[in-house]
Amino acid sequence: MPDVAPAPATEIAPQTGGWPSLVADWSADRHAFRGVSWGKAMMWVFLLSDTFVFSCFLIGYMTVRMSTTVPWPNPSEVFSLEVGGTNFPLLLIAIMTFVLISSSGTMAMAVNFAYRRDRLRTVLLMLATAFFGATFVGMQAFEWTKLIHEGVRPWENPWGAPQFGSAFFMITGFHGTHVTIGVIFLLIVARKAWRGDFDTGRKGFFTSRSGRWEIVEITGLYWHFVDLVWVFIFALFYLW
Amino acid sequence: MGEAVHPANTAIPHDHAEEVELYHPHSWWTRYVFSQDAKVIGVQYSLTAIGIGLVALVLSWLMRLQLGFPGTFDFIDPPAYYQFITMHGMIMVVYLLTALFLGGFGNYLIPLMLGARDMVFPYVNMLSYWVYVLAVLVLVASFFAPGGPTGAGWTLYPPQAILSGTPGGQDWGIILMLLSLALFIIGFTMGGLNYVVTVLQARTRGMTLMRMPLTIWGIFTATVMALLAFPALFVGAVMMLLDRLLGTSFFMPSLVEMGQQLKYGGGSPILFQHLFWFFGHPEVYIVALPAFGIVSDLIATHARRNIFGYRMMVWAIVAIGALSFVVWAHHMYVSGMNPYFGFFFATTTLIIAIPTAIKVYNWLLTLWRGDIHLNVPMLFALGFIVTFVNGGLTGLFLGNVVVDVPLSDTMFVVAHFHMVMGVAPIMVIYGGIYHWYPKITGRMLDETMGKIHFWVTFLGAYLIFFPMHYLGLLGVPRRYHDIGQAAFVPDSAHTLNAFISVVALVVGAAQMLFLFNLAWSLRRGRQAGPNPWGATTLEWQTPETPPGHGNFGPELPVVHRWAYDYSVPGAARDFIPQNEPDPAGRAA
Repeated sequence: MPDVAPAPATEIAPQTGGWPSLVADWSADRHAFRGVSWGKAMMWVFLLSDTFVFSCFLIGYMTVRMSTTVPWPNPSEVFSLEVGGTNFPLLLIAIMTFVLISSSGTMAMAVNFAYRRDRLRTVLLMLATAFFGATFVGMQAFEWTKLIHEGVRPWENPWGAPQFGSAFFMITGFHGTHVTIGVIFLLIVARKAWRGDFDTGRKGFFTSRSGRWEIVEITGLYWHFVDLVWVFIFALFYLW
Repeated sequence: MGEAVHPANTAIPHDHAEEVELYHPHSWWTRYVFSQDAKVIGVQYSLTAIGIGLVALVLSWLMRLQLGFPGTFDFIDPPAYYQFITMHGMIMVVYLLTALFLGGFGNYLIPLMLGARDMVFPYVNMLSYWVYVLAVLVLVASFFAPGGPTGAGWTLYPPQAILSGTPGGQDWGIILMLLSLALFIIGFTMGGLNYVVTVLQARTRGMTLMRMPLTIWGIFTATVMALLAFPALFVGAVMMLLDRLLGTSFFMPSLVEMGQQLKYGGGSPILFQHLFWFFGHPEVYIVALPAFGIVSDLIATHARRNIFGYRMMVWAIVAIGALSFVVWAHHMYVSGMNPYFGFFFATTTLIIAIPTAIKVYNWLLTLWRGDIHLNVPMLFALGFIVTFVNGGLTGLFLGNVVVDVPLSDTMFVVAHFHMVMGVAPIMVIYGGIYHWYPKITGRMLDETMGKIHFWVTFLGAYLIFFPMHYLGLLGVPRRYHDIGQAAFVPDSAHTLNAFISVVALVVGAAQMLFLFNLAWSLRRGRQAGPNPWGATTLEWQTPETPPGHGNFGPELPVVHRWAYDYSVPGAARDFIPQNEPDPAGRAA
């Protein structure tokens, strides 16, 4: 018999460093990631997949930006806001970015209080996060309106390459949709937390699974991801 | 017992146990239609995929009628012909093969083979199926939409895909196609997350990753790849939809059509090709890796022999999966690219031959001196090896830039990809269905009908695709409605085309025998019993056949060994199930 059946799991586990140890950890009994719940693992895998979606969007945008022969509109001028007669380049975008990054802070605090079973603070912080998110989307809507008034369309704009408008509406639209979905999830989870579902083990309407406080953290993972994506959009679309 | 053997497992956090709570259906609807049970969802996926696959089969008949007997059938005009090849390709690759391997086999086998009660999120799993159904319905709707389905070719290359000269380009066809793909990807993602997390986090005690049956390794790796590759197609589909509906120019250069300057300008058609093939090449292995896995288990079981080089088989699957992400531009040698890129992609492409060859040798060495039972699943497994080696070797031709350029867009390419990712995976699908049908229904499929089905399909597939290599070397182009009387195409080529068409009709008809067998054996088949093949894996050790809700009765099985203890010297039977404890003497 050329191959020998692998040893029982108890014999596989203790190894001394290096690749064999890594493989043994990963291929451990029952769980590849010990102590990681199904929901959290699933969110991480989903975010990995979603990373590829946004990467493709951004790489697509960079490709068309580099290959177009028509000049690309200057983002600092396009996205400037006139306040009291002075032109502030990227003012609105800076505020939007600040708001969204701040919301990550409130989200992280919500997760902290969720694990302390502090219902009130958790809910308030989640609502604050949702508020910041909604504010972000609102400012995005304002920006869209402003640009549309100035003649920017997905197929053309007054300043140069038509791909500017195409990529702008597509990427910010897709990101804004993500934020909006995040706000909705935050509100749903906050409601459940307020009602005490996570302490009473009340079953979900669709899934008929008991809710747990960990769901706050899973929602948080999604929220931080959406923030992180915005940082890349900010850097690659507005600052480039 | 389990505690004694695996003391480390007592440390599992308490809240994990809570997650095992099962959803219990209350009515006929929630049990069989809107079911959250992975087994039912698997069967639903399979039947839907086979149903839409039949449409693709009929389309291939129509194409072959036109190619074999040009000018005979008036209703197959050039636009119709292009619509047929487009829909045939798209349905076969995405809606049949991907859905059947991952949605069908994945759903049915992952929980059962790993000793889980269900997928980790059954509700999301159910949604996955219904979104897939929606995608299929949108796809079918395009046949009835004004202008018919798209005729852009399954690769949907812009700019032609959305121009008026292409069937469905300025009608509904391309819109419905892209919408359907986007829906498919959303539905698949919901299922795929379930498959991945179930494999990673929901195995039973003793089931380490390196004890999983290779079927699961194949499906798992393919699912991870799909979750990373489908986003590129999704983005490509969204961008093309915007180009078509809003008039953006992501993929559209400025061009003149019928003497009219179009409003497009400045886009990059090559960008779409990159996005498409970043999905498209991994897609080949998304289909092939589950086939590799399943065929390994079929061969080990029906040759009564432990799989040769299990660890190498696992690493080869993972290596192929990783490499397949850095080879995509070998589909674009004639699109124009920097020669250094061509060199890079040719090199990575040829490197894939190494892990693939490891797998083929390991299958052969598993068969070597095995107790080979030439039953229907084994026949299909052997058929797979032969057709896969054949298609893989022509892949070495096409992977080289200098050989690919003259062969590009000829029938040689058609022969290659049908052999390697058409015939070969479908052989495994049939083998898998003959193998697991007894577990799903409790009855055996009829052996005689199965053997007729195999021989007609196997020999027929060879008669269809082998001559196509020759046609391709002659220079006969693919995607031509009618090759006409070109000087370089001898008369014999036309005769050969007619011959291929006749065989294609016969092979297609043989599939009806298979469908009849599926239905007939459901009631008339021989009772199978729990483990008709004497297999070691967990799905054959369930207390009920077909397995009941929750799969394993009150206690989940505990795994004590790998999946390939066949013909162990000194054992009472020629197989030892994975959940059989070591006898006291053999334990370490």
